[in-house]
Amino acid sequence: MIQGILICSLIFLSFAIFATIYRLVKGPTAPDRVQALDALGINLISGVAIFSVLLRSTGFFEVILLIGILSFIGTIAFARYIERGVVIERNHSD
Amino acid sequence: MIEISKFIVGFLILLGALFSLVAAIGVVRLPDTYTRNHAASKSSTLGVLSILLGLFMYYLLIDHHANARVLLGIVFVFITSPVAGHLIMRAAYNMGVPLWHKSVRDDLKTARKAKKRR
Repeated sequence: MIQGILICSLIFLSFAIFATIYRLVKGPTAPDRVQALDALGINLISGVAIFSVLLRSTGFFEVILLIGILSFIGTIAFARYIERGVVIERNHSD
Repeated sequence: MIEISKFIVGFLILLGALFSLVAAIGVVRLPDTYTRNHAASKSSTLGVLSILLGLFMYYLLIDHHANARVLLGIVFVFITSPVAGHLIMRAAYNMGVPLWHKSVRDDLKTARKAKKRR
């Protein structure tokens, strides 16, 4: 029973990923695309979690943490680039 | 016991997948950048939290060991995902992305105008 539920959840998640890819391609502004990439990373975390239940393997937990951290850092960098034009600012003393 | 725990895990994971699907439908159908961010940031976060809680309950109830890395992942996603949504939408507002043409009030614009006038 749980196998069927997991595969059904994976199908739902793949529909969600296709919808965010549609927004990533079509989105009119740059923040829309960055937000779609962030949602894509979040959906990818849930996909890895469901695969970890499906395969009964504990080896993917680092992958969950790593995708979370990398998605957060990427979104922060894009937000700073859109807002200020630079990602890492210079010192004012120079 | 095993069947009850499988039922709990399946319910949590199916709930999380449905939340992610609803968030994706909101991302496609809503009219505005800000409303799309509202759907993608909140509902998708709840979906992934529910799925990770299902994963944690699976290893807790069936294999009898509590996994600290999954708990760390839950806490990290719960903290960082709304912060990322807030930052990207603040960047969008400062970039000048327009609101939906049917939206009725913009409190941030009036507050900034009042601050500039003072």
